Amino acid sequence: MLLNVSLTLLNGLGTTIEIFLLTLLFSLPLGLVVAFGSMSNFTPLRWLCNTVVWIVRGTPLMLQLIAFFYVPGIAGFQIWPSGDAGRMMATVVAFSINYACYFSVIYRGGIQGVPIGQREAGEVLGMTKSQIFFKVTLLQMVKRIVPPMSNEIITLVKDTSLARIIAVYELTFTGYSYMKSSGLVWPLFYTGLFYLLFVGVLTILFNYIERKLSYFR
Amino acid sequence: MAILDVQHIEKHFGATRVLEDISFSLEEGQALSIIGSSGSGKTTLLRCLNFLETPDHGTISVRGETLFDANDPSTQRESDIRKKRLHFGMVFQSFNLFPQYTALQNVTLARELLAKTEHTGDTHEVIQAEGKALLEKMGLADRMDNYPHQLSGGQQQRVAIARALAMKPDILCFDEPTSALDPELTGEVLKVIRSLADQHTTMVIVTHEMAFARDVADYVIFMDGGVIVEQGDPRQVIDNPQEERTRQFLAHYSDQ
Repeated sequence: MLLNVSLTLLNGLGTTIEIFLLTLLFSLPLGLVVAFGSMSNFTPLRWLCNTVVWIVRGTPLMLQLIAFFYVPGIAGFQIWPSGDAGRMMATVVAFSINYACYFSVIYRGGIQGVPIGQREAGEVLGMTKSQIFFKVTLLQMVKRIVPPMSNEIITLVKDTSLARIIAVYELTFTGYSYMKSSGLVWPLFYTGLFYLLFVGVLTILFNYIERKLSYFR
Repeated sequence: MAILDVQHIEKHFGATRVLEDISFSLEEGQALSIIGSSGSGKTTLLRCLNFLETPDHGTISVRGETLFDANDPSTQRESDIRKKRLHFGMVFQSFNLFPQYTALQNVTLARELLAKTEHTGDTHEVIQAEGKALLEKMGLADRMDNYPHQLSGGQQQRVAIARALAMKPDILCFDEPTSALDPELTGEVLKVIRSLADQHTTMVIVTHEMAFARDVADYVIFMDGGVIVEQGDPRQVIDNPQEERTRQFLAHYSDQ
């Protein structure tokens, strides 16, 4: 019985991890693009980025998920492949854009939090702009954003459960289905344990990164 | 020929004129002190020399080469400015050391990067050896592997001086190098600057330390409201000022 539940939930966990990793893969760099856009001297670009961030942060992720999955089809553009692959793709796209917007604000705070004197010190030493970014600013920025990023990434673990609204068989959907079909309650709590372990591993990882970066202030 | 020649520099921030018709020159091996109250434009002038600010008018020449001419856009190309900056070294009031690097890494980083991109021919070994020698000269032989937060303010500022010297600038600029330090730590930094003056390092020093300016500088400029009010021999200007505004300013320091 326990083995049976475990195997089913592990299947759902696989999908959850897939959404989680793919979302990070796309949203981490995309967030940096949006961050630079929202700090650009070119007003239309800055305006565009800020508007997108406003819309994405101002509406529920579940609503965005539904919109991304259903609206193209209704409007006559079948952009998603049929079946599970299409559901998965829509999920990853919606999640990536959503998280990129949140990350962009954290990145911006990290970049602007590095004192301007750091850049100027690099400039007077004849460094190029990219040398200043990669050799001087970046690590200080990373150190600053680790705590807020860990918050956001841990939220992502649990937000993956929203994908069930477009029938993606992720962990929560799996546990819920098992509970419904078997009439047993404990598989639902068992499902929670999976999330706890997932977040536990991440917490250890973030603590490790914070410790690694604690050698400077 | 003067090593540094500044002519008719003018700078506005919006509608505010912060520098007005600033002209002076500096001979090789000499130390120039710029004194004046806060907001008089001293720091802005120093930042203009280091291309951290772009003057609206005027020219800046080093060894007869015009590095900046407000009327000539070809002197303001971003890629050239980066190299022109190397004529000047800058020591900031707030040190601005890179926190994630050790004292030695702070000193060597920019030269290592320059050697890589510009193929200056400096080897890693030479850069490291010269960096260590500079820190030893600053009295920091036992602090090379410490990170900035492990150093006192005075030590940090000495690392910053070594970092600026590592690029072998023609002219070393100091922006109130002791203003962010506790009074008991200013001495060690002033001592280092004094020894640099003794070795005839060409320097421009913005400072509030009047006694120091008088003793160390070969030439002094008093600024007020963005203009040079008085300039000349430090003993002349500081001990026997001709202008009323200079006298008023120096009166604040007389009881120290």
